[in-house]
Amino acid sequence: MSISEQQLARVAELARIRLDAATVTEVTRRIGDILAMIDQMGAVDTTGVAPMANPLDATQRLRVDEITETDRRERFLAIAPLSEEGLYLVPRVIE
Amino acid sequence: MEWETVIGLEVHVQLATRTKIFSGASTRFGAPPNTQACAVDLAMPGTLPVLNAEALRMAVCFGLAIEASIAPVSVFDRKNYFYPDLPKGYQISQLDHPIVSGGRVRIELPDGSSKTIRVTRAHLEEDAGKSLHEDFHGLTGIDLNRAGTPLLEIVSEPELRSAQEAVAYLKQIHSIVRYLGISDGNMAEGSLRCDVNISLRRPGATGFGTRTEIKNVNSFRFVEKAIAVERERQAEILEQGGQVVQETRLYDPVRNETRAMRSKEVAHDYRYFPEPDLLPVSVDRQFIEAVRATLPELPDAKAARLRTDYGLPAYDASVLCASRELADYFEGVVATCGDAKTSANWVMVELLGLLNRENLEIGASRVAADALGTLIRRIADGTISGKIAKAVFEAMWAGEGDPDAIIAARGLRQLADSGAIEAIVDAVLAANAAQVESYRAAEAQKRVKMFGFFVGQVMRESKGKANPQQVNELLRRKLDGE
Repeated sequence: MSISEQQLARVAELARIRLDAATVTEVTRRIGDILAMIDQMGAVDTTGVAPMANPLDATQRLRVDEITETDRRERFLAIAPLSEEGLYLVPRVIE
Repeated sequence: MEWETVIGLEVHVQLATRTKIFSGASTRFGAPPNTQACAVDLAMPGTLPVLNAEALRMAVCFGLAIEASIAPVSVFDRKNYFYPDLPKGYQISQLDHPIVSGGRVRIELPDGSSKTIRVTRAHLEEDAGKSLHEDFHGLTGIDLNRAGTPLLEIVSEPELRSAQEAVAYLKQIHSIVRYLGISDGNMAEGSLRCDVNISLRRPGATGFGTRTEIKNVNSFRFVEKAIAVERERQAEILEQGGQVVQETRLYDPVRNETRAMRSKEVAHDYRYFPEPDLLPVSVDRQFIEAVRATLPELPDAKAARLRTDYGLPAYDASVLCASRELADYFEGVVATCGDAKTSANWVMVELLGLLNRENLEIGASRVAADALGTLIRRIADGTISGKIAKAVFEAMWAGEGDPDAIIAARGLRQLADSGAIEAIVDAVLAANAAQVESYRAAEAQKRVKMFGFFVGQVMRESKGKANPQQVNELLRRKLDGE
């Protein structure tokens, strides 16, 4: 499996990563290398091996449904670039 | 041209946990903005999600209620997209290994028939925050209180064939989650909302037409209207030889139309991958059986029991089982008065009438079930007539006390003393001598209507308190000489 520069540009756009023309070729080559390695791994016979969702051989711990977090709004708002009336302000998003 | 409508619903149910699905911040509705958004909800670096046991239990509870399979191991995934009210840049959801799969929901249709709709899956996920677009000098305000609120997304098979069926299905899901106590189902507060997938095909066709998805419809009425207008829109396109574009649309209730969301925002490429911050979730048989043991009687089973135990008609049973609280109330009334059909009528007509008038839920009823039961007993034992009872009920609603106190205070006790009634009858006949003359001279047919006049006069004289049966007997004897 390989990736074209166009596919890379599309993935970059979805991930909101800006790639200038000069780096596109280089990044495409490096991701191509990673994909080649994945192809190599894909060639291993895994018949009879259960797929795993996580490399750790453990299951999720659960949390009791009790409120443990208190209101720290002012501290969080203080590190935001813009806020007003308790809201974070961001550039306008149109529905 | 004739078209068959094919509908599938994705229902998002907000689970009634105290805290978020992955953090210990409160989920209480209506708090000042951002006061219930903690570091995990804000995606602060270094924070990690930990699954809320109660959200998991509720999902299992729903799965068991719809006879679905509960996955022994389920997996969370990241659904990646950028929007300011999604601080992490991804939503934690479940794609390939949802907690619940393969259930079914029975719906009742207005014509009395029923149909079973299969549920493909139900998975756990987190809600996003809220964007406020007004009044911020051209900027958007973000409130993250809702971010991380647990949702159960319930996906049906495309087996619904009309707006009516879709609404019946949504109402049934609403009723089930409320019976289970896993959601308040408050649609005005967004606790239950749905996406509608809809396509058309020629009757008899086996394949599906191209579908559109109407996002975020938040009331039963809007679901019905959105489907109706979208169906019209698609039929028009197809009849003019066009093709429906697969897209996401929004329903605008003001204009009663659906319109496409801007394509850029719906470039569906969520690049799902397993959430590395959460381990697979394991649910063992013992846990499932423990949850199963807590399942309450569900709407269908309860309605069936009301039919057999109390001999109620199917319609009455289904109305009374719309919510667990209403059914409990009804059973409370019957327990006091012992007359099921009369209790059903009073609950469905008088009580629901007043609740609707004041836009109240059954839990806020101003008349307790045993008080209504006592009132019904006073009709049965002849203390008051059914008509007077309605006035007493209004007084009970207004907080004037229990039925016996109101009957005593207002002097409403029915006149059962035949001597007293006879005196009133005699007075009425004496005062209306001319009518008595013409009654006696009239033909039998005309007499029926004229007889009613005398009954009315006597009832008026007695202020409604005379026992109508006794009045009839006395009048008949005196007028007809029977």
